[in-house]
Amino acid sequence: MSRFSTGDRVRVRVQQTLSHSRVPAYVAGRTGVVERVLPDFVIPEDDAWGRLWQGGRRETLYRVQLHQSETWPGYRGPAADTHEIEIFEGWLEPAKGE
Amino acid sequence: MTTTQDPVTAHPLTADVDAAPNEFEVLETAVRELAIGHGLFSAADHRQWLEWMDAAQPALGARLVARAWVDPEYRERALANGTAAAQEIGIEMYDRDPLIVMANTPQVHNMVVCTLCSCYPRAVLGLPPDWYKSPSYRKRAVRWPRELLAEFGTFIPPEVEIRVHDSNANMRYLVLPMRPTGTEGWTEEQLAAIVTRDTMIGVAVPAPQLAS
Repeated sequence: MSRFSTGDRVRVRVQQTLSHSRVPAYVAGRTGVVERVLPDFVIPEDDAWGRLWQGGRRETLYRVQLHQSETWPGYRGPAADTHEIEIFEGWLEPAKGE
Repeated sequence: MTTTQDPVTAHPLTADVDAAPNEFEVLETAVRELAIGHGLFSAADHRQWLEWMDAAQPALGARLVARAWVDPEYRERALANGTAAAQEIGIEMYDRDPLIVMANTPQVHNMVVCTLCSCYPRAVLGLPPDWYKSPSYRKRAVRWPRELLAEFGTFIPPEVEIRVHDSNANMRYLVLPMRPTGTEGWTEEQLAAIVTRDTMIGVAVPAPQLAS
């Protein structure tokens, strides 16, 4: 059962990892909307250590849509421009106060 | 490496000796031979994967796009499940990464980048072009998409939303461009011919005037 649904406002967690996370720094702490819920996959933190087929933890992956103007201070394009990215459940939290 | 001249044509000749393998080539050979030796896969499996990878070409994705342009029901299936739609027209999805097809509309222009490395829908487009893997493209696609598109000669009007897709994890992305005006009555084969690799990455739009 996935924690978030399409349309939920979510924030990408700011957290440290010694492993491979597939969360690029440019979205850390940014807020967006779940565009769609994707299947479960072995998380990169375990995949990176060779646990893709053996004992890797699985989590739901989400497609998150963000506004360029919120991600990049001083974005020069129109306010409607967006970008989307795949983020695993453990790297998302509900966006507060919205 | 010494260079000599052909005595007849005066063209330069390079020495007929292979360069020493680099660190990564040595590593690849060692891991492959270990895997084959331990029975994880066979040498024939390995060759088949290479052949699948080399056989995939942008023409496959172009067939999918052209079919979606002429068949509205196929288009709906492609947008709902890109992998199944590709398999339906006989494309071998050898890499097993799920494919998402995204339609350009008068309101939204999609483009694809992998900011982390070079993830690319290889089963439908073949191997990625070098520029797709360059840090310059990867950094600027997410930060200055309109300026970057302009370098490709692609100017998206400000009233059209640009949606940049970071192919950063498990899914793969194919842009379904808009069918250009002036192509009414064209056959599926004629349409496929104007669907280039760059139009399916989203850095260009189909140009019917370039059709041969």
